[in-house]
Amino acid sequence: MMKKGALLLLLLALPLVDSNSYHTEILSTAALYALLALGLNIIVGYAGLLHLGYAAFFAVGAYSYALLNLHFGWPFWAGLPAAGLIAGLAAVLLGLPAIRVRGDYLAIVTLGFGEIVRVVVTNLDQWTGGPNGLMGIAHPAFGPVRFGVEARPYYWLLVLLAAATAWACVRLRRSRIGLAWVAVREDELAAGCLGVDALRMKLLALSLGGWVAGLAGCVFAAKQGTVTPDTFDFIQSVMILAMVILGGLGSAAGAVCGAVLLSVAPELLREFSTYRMLLFGLVMIGLMRVRPQGLFGSR
Amino acid sequence: MILLQQILNGLTIGAVYALIALGYTMVYGILQMINFAHGEVFMIGAYVGMTVLLMAGPGSGGVLWLTAAMAAAAVACCLLGLMMERVAYRPLRAAPKLSVLITAIGLSFFLQNAVMLGYGAQDRYVPETLSVRHWGGAGGAVVTPMQGVIFAVSFLLMLGLQGMVYGTKLGRSMRAVAQDPLAARLMGIPVDRVIATTFAIGSALAGVGGVLFGVHYSTINFHDGYLTGLKAFTAAVLGGIGNLPGAMLGGLLLGLMEGLGAGYVSAQWKNVVAFAVLILVLLFRPHGLLGERLAERA
Repeated sequence: MMKKGALLLLLLALPLVDSNSYHTEILSTAALYALLALGLNIIVGYAGLLHLGYAAFFAVGAYSYALLNLHFGWPFWAGLPAAGLIAGLAAVLLGLPAIRVRGDYLAIVTLGFGEIVRVVVTNLDQWTGGPNGLMGIAHPAFGPVRFGVEARPYYWLLVLLAAATAWACVRLRRSRIGLAWVAVREDELAAGCLGVDALRMKLLALSLGGWVAGLAGCVFAAKQGTVTPDTFDFIQSVMILAMVILGGLGSAAGAVCGAVLLSVAPELLREFSTYRMLLFGLVMIGLMRVRPQGLFGSR
Repeated sequence: MILLQQILNGLTIGAVYALIALGYTMVYGILQMINFAHGEVFMIGAYVGMTVLLMAGPGSGGVLWLTAAMAAAAVACCLLGLMMERVAYRPLRAAPKLSVLITAIGLSFFLQNAVMLGYGAQDRYVPETLSVRHWGGAGGAVVTPMQGVIFAVSFLLMLGLQGMVYGTKLGRSMRAVAQDPLAARLMGIPVDRVIATTFAIGSALAGVGGVLFGVHYSTINFHDGYLTGLKAFTAAVLGGIGNLPGAMLGGLLLGLMEGLGAGYVSAQWKNVVAFAVLILVLLFRPHGLLGERLAERA
């Protein structure tokens, strides 16, 4: 506990030690992805539901806050839980029909839902601003402190959210719920025979994962001040999934490390300019060949 | 009239989807693995075809050059498929199933960016090969010679593949490996070679599909592999993944739905129509239209 507290303080102090605003920007992106990866890890890692449309919940969170703020003047701190709730609800609503199919079929259904959400958002011009998205979303304020456009306060907020989520994930994993998830993941039939309500457990995982993505989306929208649908494409879902798998399925620490690695690596490769993404692809292949079970994976 | 035309256009692109879907479904049938880099193989096939057709010079293509383009794309993609299997998939065969997803994504990034660096990020124009004189079709709908070629080539290839899988020794070993790799190995089947051959054949089909896609739309982009690959994968699942006739049926159906969706709803909602129908099919027939095998875990 002490060690973890110290680590958290160290992370929070990072932008004070290194005041380079470009670095802080990268760090806040990494923290945002850490939050998203933690959320997806609940769905894919704990409950074993291969989800390929996670960016849709991220989008629902971002657009929820954007619309609540622009149309009803909701402040950020009211929008944050609302965005989480709406995204969690969306995850359950889309999950209810999808949960009946399994394995790779679930993957393709979630992929389809993800694409549908993105296309619907793109085409509902009168609500979502279409391909141009929404602009002028309010930045948060904490008492007299205004967050503004600088990355630092968002970084702190995201690190705190990610830390709280990671803590909750680790506790959940050890609880009856976490054990039930793993039981359902490993053998749904056997888990059912032991009295685990598989459907409820899966929906719970989906709703919690959706909630986390909603929070992340809300902070993202507030930080950018704009949301556009192309942020939430299939590649986004795949990248978040890649972070979870790279870190090691079912490990909260792994999800965070995978997220940091995959969001910082392209920046480190920036000096290779045009060859950057080429090398990034090779790095991904190399990492998996060295450690196929992921960095923190046990299986 | 417009109905007939949309059906024709949809079936044309559907035939291309079917060719790509075959690669997904063959690899899935044998390894229970989604080859997410398959769309890039298709895209590279399109670029190889374009390069060959550019050598012919603008407007002077003809059937011979088109055949050469398809042959070159098939060979190049065949080699690419072998290399992919060797570098990114074979070393991870014992690893958790999802880890190959990461190497596949890595491969996708690599191939996309390699093509972008080589050919530039802008759309590339594919030279015309056949005179675009329209063959008058029935009921005022128009069939171009190119559509005829696309149908002919894809159906010949599908028939050939079907014949190979169900009529040759190689096909029998492929089916044996798909049923039980361990038992197949005990029966003396060179499992690794059969798997590599599966990748090679699937990739060659995707390469030919890429050339047909290029001459059909006459522009290609290094991003095309992603969406087309996604749709072909959808087609494979729609027909029942792991099932060859299913992939063909799924491809044609998906093309048809897209064509009708674009004609009657709107081009913007085209992808939603395709995915929505897919989801409905999966909900009511969870293993695809022709699929029977139970796919358990991802």
